[in-house]
Amino acid sequence: MGDYIELIIACIFVNNILLAQFLGNCPFLGTSKKMETAVGMSMAVIFVLVLAGVFTWCINDWILVPYGLEYLKTISFILVIASLVQFVEMFLKKSIPALYAGLGIFLPLITTNCAVMGVCLINIKSEYNFTMTLISSFAYAAGFGLALILFAGVRERILLARVPKPLQDTSIGLVTAGIIALAFYTFKGMV
Amino acid sequence: MAKTVAQEFIKGLWAEIPPFRLVLGLCPTLGVTTTVKNGIGMGVATAFVLVCANILVSMLRNVIPAKVRIACFIIIIATFVTVVELLMQAYAYALFQTLGIFIPLIVVNCILLGRAEAFAFKNPIIPSIADGLGIGIGFTMALGSIGAIRELFGTGAILGTQIMGSGYEPFAFFVQAPGAFICLGLMLCLMNLVGSK
Repeated sequence: MGDYIELIIACIFVNNILLAQFLGNCPFLGTSKKMETAVGMSMAVIFVLVLAGVFTWCINDWILVPYGLEYLKTISFILVIASLVQFVEMFLKKSIPALYAGLGIFLPLITTNCAVMGVCLINIKSEYNFTMTLISSFAYAAGFGLALILFAGVRERILLARVPKPLQDTSIGLVTAGIIALAFYTFKGMV
Repeated sequence: MAKTVAQEFIKGLWAEIPPFRLVLGLCPTLGVTTTVKNGIGMGVATAFVLVCANILVSMLRNVIPAKVRIACFIIIIATFVTVVELLMQAYAYALFQTLGIFIPLIVVNCILLGRAEAFAFKNPIIPSIADGLGIGIGFTMALGSIGAIRELFGTGAILGTQIMGSGYEPFAFFVQAPGAFICLGLMLCLMNLVGSK
């Protein structure tokens, strides 16, 4: 049990997917201008990442490794993620329209969100077993959501400030992200 | 065609240089640019995939149905990424180890999908090659220069050669994660400042 709690803390804070491992930065800057979109994106990522983590683990362990096809990892994972996203989109549209309305536009974006693919690859690389894959996928996604929502909160405030012209938009966004990353950096050495 | 091949090539070097002008592909930009060598290695790997994918997408542009084009692009890109992965394992294993997870992640780099969709799918092969080469070289230069700044201030050396005097205290912040964001943010600001004049 202690191992699992350690894993959760490590994935959310210490190795935060956005701020310590630099994965998924495009949506981080793209969807963080408004709190609403940030929350939507976070939820969509949590949803898809847990599914993708589990699916890719199964494919790697049951198909790729037994037949010695590890070199097809990249191509098979991206196909799994892309079709999974499509499937989730269709499923939500049909059966849970309310959730679809909330997550809708963010789902297609997730295919090219490298946080999803990145976590799947990290899980395989760290040789996690099934339970640990499930936990780490969820914890990484939660860390993504936490960082994104924090960042969106700060960014909404920046809108009210008078930023010098060359620093506006992405530039000040990156500097802000750096300062938030500095705060997360203090978690280093905790686990 | 209004633009010449040379123009397609040159636009990637300044007017549309990623990741500054096209704010795409930020993850490798932040993740691997701790040194010049890593930055350039990553840039070259990405440029190779970009040129090959552009060629193939452009060749197949009349065959691929528009409805499933994104899936086709992803498969084409993933194929070339696998090629790069295997080549690097064979000939540049040390670099492959340092870049680690970022090599397979070229597949989800939005620059590649962006160029395939915005350029190669609509243009013949020669301009597509020029476009891929220009953007690829621009990206390599950008990664190299970010790597140079971070390595210079973070360790006081470039490519392992000591540049700063012996009294220089390395500013380790720059090679750590938070430094990457702030460094890129300030460089973007500098580009805006130069570009707006």
